Amino acid sequence: MSTDRALSFVDAIREATDQEMARDERVLLFGLDVDDPKAILGTTKGLVERYGRERVFGTPLSEDAMTGAAVGMALAGLRPIHVHIRMDFVMLAMNQLVNMAAKTHYMFGGQESCPLVVRSIIGKSWGQGAQHSQGLYSFFMHVPGLKVVAPSTPYDAKGCLAAAVRDENPVMFVEHRILYYQRGPVPEASYEVKPGKARVAIPGSDVTIVGISYMQVEALRAQRYLEAVGVSAEVIDPIWLAPLDVDTIAASAAKTGRLLVVDNGWSTCGASAEILSAVYEKLQDSRLPKARRMAFAPTPCPTTPSLEKLFYPNARTIAAAAYDLVKGGPRGWLPEERADLKDIEFKGPL
Amino acid sequence: MLAGFMKQGDTALNARLYRALYRIRRVEEEIARVYPTDKIKSPVHLSIGQEGVAVGACEALEPHDVVFGSYRGHAMYLAKGGDLRRMIAELYGKVDGCARGKGGSMHLVDVARGVMGTSAVVATTIPNAVGYAYAIKLRRERRVVVSFLGDGATEEGVFHESLNFAALKKLPILFVCENNRYAIHTHQRQRQATEDICGRVRTHGMPTERIEQNDVLALHGAARRFVGAMREGAGPAFIECMTYRWLEHVGPGEDFALGFREREEASSWKAGDPVKALGDKMDPATRAQIDREVEAEIAAAVDFAESSAFPSVEELHRHVYR
Repeated sequence: MSTDRALSFVDAIREATDQEMARDERVLLFGLDVDDPKAILGTTKGLVERYGRERVFGTPLSEDAMTGAAVGMALAGLRPIHVHIRMDFVMLAMNQLVNMAAKTHYMFGGQESCPLVVRSIIGKSWGQGAQHSQGLYSFFMHVPGLKVVAPSTPYDAKGCLAAAVRDENPVMFVEHRILYYQRGPVPEASYEVKPGKARVAIPGSDVTIVGISYMQVEALRAQRYLEAVGVSAEVIDPIWLAPLDVDTIAASAAKTGRLLVVDNGWSTCGASAEILSAVYEKLQDSRLPKARRMAFAPTPCPTTPSLEKLFYPNARTIAAAAYDLVKGGPRGWLPEERADLKDIEFKGPL
Repeated sequence: MLAGFMKQGDTALNARLYRALYRIRRVEEEIARVYPTDKIKSPVHLSIGQEGVAVGACEALEPHDVVFGSYRGHAMYLAKGGDLRRMIAELYGKVDGCARGKGGSMHLVDVARGVMGTSAVVATTIPNAVGYAYAIKLRRERRVVVSFLGDGATEEGVFHESLNFAALKKLPILFVCENNRYAIHTHQRQRQATEDICGRVRTHGMPTERIEQNDVLALHGAARRFVGAMREGAGPAFIECMTYRWLEHVGPGEDFALGFREREEASSWKAGDPVKALGDKMDPATRAQIDREVEAEIAAAVDFAESSAFPSVEELHRHVYR
């Protein structure tokens, strides 16, 4: 679907929600502060006025009960969207998501299903710290019955949210706050980016870089640094983490012979671990690619900028790791920072 | 206990309550009898002694109303009209079970009869029931939801979160607390600084009523009043029913030998057993007729479960996603 219209990630989410609520009166939107003046950084702006306080409402500070209520609404035939301004807060709702939503269809022998969307936002930079920065989606990838999506472009944000709302199963919809500043082409008409299909964002031949969520942006910048030194990187956005499109990633890794997975979470038992092992299982009868993971430092996220900058992979460190995979061994190459490829930082104040 | 009933003189109600109570009692006894044969492939938390809570509350409901409950859910499932044959088949792990053999005793469900499911994790279905009630209110329906929970569930944070939201939005939901005093083997006074559950609930802004001594008729009366008001737009209400678990937490036997409670404690509850009390007040011929019908139904349900097949291998992967 081509378009000349550019939208921010924020407006893409808002528009998808608006269109789904207009299309289907069973769709509800709620969560802490969805109806307050800041409207979840603008993603829920104007929806109370349009759809009323029964379909769009702020909730008590009760993540556990409100997730349970969302499950009950889904059982009653509604299509709830529950919003968390921090993914860290979703930990208060694990029982309902893991023990109930994920198992409703199976445990009740197919009598019921649980069409529920849980939106949650990952924070970064300006001292957001240990409990405002976690990308915890791998917890949910682990559990059969849940779907997980982490779009990185405004186009995918709109299409994946529409697909999530229309899905008959619980979907964890993961947003990265830094992506909110992105703008990109977004068609006005409604469309779906369906589960289980990755996208080759940039084709290349020397190394495959998979970037998850915000790390897709850093991977695309790394591709530019690498291009400047004659290394051709193929950059893949998995988009949906569960179900995961192993075929696209494995085919690329088989072609380039080198695979670098860059996650926006920790590596141990994380999305990068899953992607790597799934690719290796798929390719085990052929030549296996050289592989590496990059992820959060194995620490809680510190607030001070001097340490926080070491906590995250970035375009330059990704480029350096990819370069080493291609050239073999640590070459000690780290590109000079380019103004056109600088990280977008959230400057605050909150 | 039966004074209210005798004044009321409602023989039809008496017969309905007796049939429901006796049926659940006999189903549970039959499960306990079969259990040692290992034909039942699922841990069972029997409702013997507590049947009156589910029966008294569900008798106030219409078929289109819905209930949510806990792992001690056989009584609720049957009282709300859940299919007995599919329940026994579920316990046997058979494909004709209500959850196709994939849920077991702790996850009974019969959506067509308004049994929306039960959970093995204490308090988990309380907010599910609240969410369902929100949907009912949003759609301007005259249905109600009953959330069955135990005294232990009132200690979970989600219980209070759920009551607050139900009261805030004036939802058509009746919370029915089965207080059998024990969370597995631990008495309420070892778990709660004060035993006044109703007092705590009232601070959330809803009316409460405490039913003493397993009084089915008093519970039924309170449930009818609350449910009737809800259909006219009143908000949530809470009933605490004092009751007693005759058997062990899980399994078919008694647990007095463990030493955490005395057999003596059970005697007053057994003396006031509503199954016997209501049965004794009935016309003997009518009672015998009900008993015969219940026995035949149970025998047929066991036959149904015995003759049903175990799920085929492809069932393992079915119903993970819709």
